[in-house]
Amino acid sequence: MLLNQFLILSAVLFAIGVYGVLARRNGVLVLMSIELILNAVNINLVAFGSYVSSISGEVFALFIITVAAAEVGVGLAILLLLYRNRQSVDLSEADLMKG
Amino acid sequence: MTVLGALVAQNIAFGVIAAIMVFAAIRLVTTRNVVHAALFLVVVLGGVAALFLLMGAEFVGITQILVYIGAVVVLFLFGIMLTRTRIGNEEGTDHPNRLPALLAAALVATVTIYAVVSGFGDAELPADTRTTTAEVADSIFSTYIIPFEAVSVLLLAALIGAIVIARRD
Repeated sequence: MLLNQFLILSAVLFAIGVYGVLARRNGVLVLMSIELILNAVNINLVAFGSYVSSISGEVFALFIITVAAAEVGVGLAILLLLYRNRQSVDLSEADLMKG
Repeated sequence: MTVLGALVAQNIAFGVIAAIMVFAAIRLVTTRNVVHAALFLVVVLGGVAALFLLMGAEFVGITQILVYIGAVVVLFLFGIMLTRTRIGNEEGTDHPNRLPALLAAALVATVTIYAVVSGFGDAELPADTRTTTAEVADSIFSTYIIPFEAVSVLLLAALIGAIVIARRD
């Protein structure tokens, strides 16, 4: 297998995730797109780990899975609070800091 | 099976998985139904796990299924239900003007694909990339013991933080 086929697939998924983060207004959907981006990075790490025959890529992928789980937990808690205060998870309505 | 036959099989498997993943990812960021988006996320995450297994990273693949499909997606479904996003087709999931987002994504894709193609032209993965769970465990509990402990504390902190943020006073 070529290394590039994994890297290109990962780049495509990353770009789709970037589109999702920018184009979505629903907070839950933005968090899902962030998961897409983190998974694209994980593919890269494991592919490079296999390429240089090192186990470190997999270990870092495991760390990223852990951090992503923590991120989703805190992110959804924040969204829940946003919903409780404003009855909506529409991120374009959360513009208190806008000048 | 011969080495060549195994290589062809691997490439066919990769092509099928990649096509399914890209389709599901595009639907994930375009569908108007939030629950469908969560289910498309399951497909993408499953595809990533399959790719890990294809690259011989068995422990990461299984962890991906356990943590992501088992826990994170359930968390997302809880999030959807608790924030009472209307289930079904709904308005207002996307910005009205999506062209800048599309341009930014296209730019990211172009630059990264150009970079990896020019950087790793036709680099081949080694024929046998399998790694065992024992090797992963050895590495985590020797070389990476401090990051591992830090991640454990981070997870605990995130757990407590989530409870503190989300509880009703």
